[in-house]
Amino acid sequence: MAHAHDAHAAHDHHDDHGPAKGIGRWLFATNHKDIGTLYMLFSLLMFFVGGTMALVIRAELFQPGMQLVDPMFFNQMTTMHALIMIFGAVMPAFVGLANWMIPLQVGAPDMALPRMNNFSFWILPFAFTMLIGTLFVPGGAPAGGWTMYPPLSQQTGEAFPMLIFAVHLMGASSIMGAINVIVTIMNMRAPGMSLLKMPIFVWTWLITAYLLIAVMPVLAGAVTMLLTDHYFGTTFFEAAGGGDPVMFQHIFWFFGHPEVYIMILPAFGIVSEIIPTFSRKPLFGYDAMVYATASIAFLSFIVWAHHMFTVGMPLAGQMFFMLATMLIAVPTGVKVFNWTATMFKGSISFEPPMLFAISFLFLFTIGGFSGLMLAIVPADFQYHDTYFVVAHFHYVLVPGAVFSLMAAAYYWLPKWTGHMYNMKLAKAHFWLSTIFVNVLFFPQHFLGLAGMPRRIPDYSTQFADWNMISSIGAFGFGLSQLLFVYVIVACIRGGEKASDKVWDSGRPHGLEWTLSSPPPYHSFETAPEVK
Amino acid sequence: MTDAPLKKANRSLTRQLWIFAAGSFAFGFALVPLYNVICDVTGYGDRTKLVEASSFTAPEDKNRLVTIELLSDSPAIGDWEFRPAVGSLEVHPGRLSEAKFYARNLRNQAVVAQAIPSIAPLQATKYFHKTECFCFTPQPFEAQQERELTVRFIVDPKLPVNIDRLTLSYVMYDAKSTS
Repeated sequence: MAHAHDAHAAHDHHDDHGPAKGIGRWLFATNHKDIGTLYMLFSLLMFFVGGTMALVIRAELFQPGMQLVDPMFFNQMTTMHALIMIFGAVMPAFVGLANWMIPLQVGAPDMALPRMNNFSFWILPFAFTMLIGTLFVPGGAPAGGWTMYPPLSQQTGEAFPMLIFAVHLMGASSIMGAINVIVTIMNMRAPGMSLLKMPIFVWTWLITAYLLIAVMPVLAGAVTMLLTDHYFGTTFFEAAGGGDPVMFQHIFWFFGHPEVYIMILPAFGIVSEIIPTFSRKPLFGYDAMVYATASIAFLSFIVWAHHMFTVGMPLAGQMFFMLATMLIAVPTGVKVFNWTATMFKGSISFEPPMLFAISFLFLFTIGGFSGLMLAIVPADFQYHDTYFVVAHFHYVLVPGAVFSLMAAAYYWLPKWTGHMYNMKLAKAHFWLSTIFVNVLFFPQHFLGLAGMPRRIPDYSTQFADWNMISSIGAFGFGLSQLLFVYVIVACIRGGEKASDKVWDSGRPHGLEWTLSSPPPYHSFETAPEVK
Repeated sequence: MTDAPLKKANRSLTRQLWIFAAGSFAFGFALVPLYNVICDVTGYGDRTKLVEASSFTAPEDKNRLVTIELLSDSPAIGDWEFRPAVGSLEVHPGRLSEAKFYARNLRNQAVVAQAIPSIAPLQATKYFHKTECFCFTPQPFEAQQERELTVRFIVDPKLPVNIDRLTLSYVMYDAKSTS
């Protein structure tokens, strides 16, 4: 409280100690809390833009036959939905959380590089204006899938260079965000906080940040090669000039697989923070959690070709990538075990963040198991490019990554705003989301196993029933998210005062809970001592 | 936050991380030659081996028949009619056989074409020896000219016994831009 009082007093005397007035506060933001808020609000907006596109897809697939949109537009929707959800919704949300929480959790006054922080956020609106703008140019938006495989992606119309430069900007933003995270964690920890005393969320973000700077530039290189193939006569991926389109897939997935873990490792961190709080027990196996995260990060670099088993690779290659992929189940299993062991004999209470965390634990594991099935080469030949794959990665991304983000929002929202939110509505949001997400994605396993292909606007009538159920789930899930927005907005505007500890379990540990709710604009001006 | 040693440490770590990112960008491009090296070492997709095969001879195996399926494909770029004379043929391993394709240039100007072969399944590639092939050299076509294209080949008797069917496919490219 003393801190908060100081901040208010300072605000009265010096303008540079409190938030600036008006729009300038946000445009020229260098405060980690303001930038974190911007990131998260931006990602919430993109979540709805991408979600609307998903609803266009599910509306078309409600019945067999062509109803609402033409196939080209359908393909544009699948491509844009993926790009916006991955680069616009999930990744910025995690970066926003990193901005808000890492300085608070390591006891630093702010991020290490505040101006670069401002830049890395503000290039995102430009990138996404350009990407969404492709819907209005001749030839329409990119429609060859978010993976941009040549030669199909080379047939994109005027949208092609806009797509490439949008990807470049998103990549630059992520790299700058990652550098900021690493420098903050490495140089600005409170005295006494050794690496193995860091909160687990900070650990997972440190590893994620290294993954980002290792692979985002590789994506930038791959799309640059697409660009020069298109306009400057190079033939990196054109067979006619001695190139190889399969090589694009190798380079793309060398980025793409670590990218998958970039979207899930911070989620592991969030869940590892929440489960101990509401189980009233310390995290089971902290060290094992750290090493498991690092192992998953390492393995992510040697499994990329499991995305492309069907291109025709040597048997030895298939065996290697199959076994390496299955190996990932070991550290992931350690994590799931540790979360379960943390809850074991705990005195559990079911506040909204805990509900989302438990739901994450179950549903992410389902996504993990279908991933193991897909890792088996002969099975993958059957499942490849079917709805089974769609079901798999949506289980790890929606009730996985997105649920962890909602859990994080419900966990730290009282800390950020100083107000408690409406628990009843938040629980209603949880139950609606969890039920509808399963109605939405579980039937897609059946569709995939029965042979329904991905990215096709029409289908054989045998798939009609499960598609209709899946579409009902999609609209239910999408509309439930309006409740999420309502709870957040209501919480920002007011509500019951939150205490410093927020959760009465007596066990949210970590430096963020030593500050007032909301924390002062400049926190930890003098570094706290960690024993 | 404003103390000088911390600023210096931040700046130097930031610089190192930018170098790391630049290195990753370069690595993306380094994957291109690396990919070719791996293809050379493992022998996958190696075109020089296809040419070397022209001197291949082996005793004929009269007891075994292998089905060769013929496929043709023309990409969206260029304007070709391109098809095999027959859909499939049966050959004895070790015997010199011949397959014919027809190609027609549908444009009103002369062009040079290049055909790229591909064999499936992949494991059979090294047992399929072309002694003569229209894919070895660029093929010039007059405007609207139709031509018969020939490939002569020997299936190695060492072809694993579990393979009784090969697919030989060609893609016809417009080689104008690279000639």
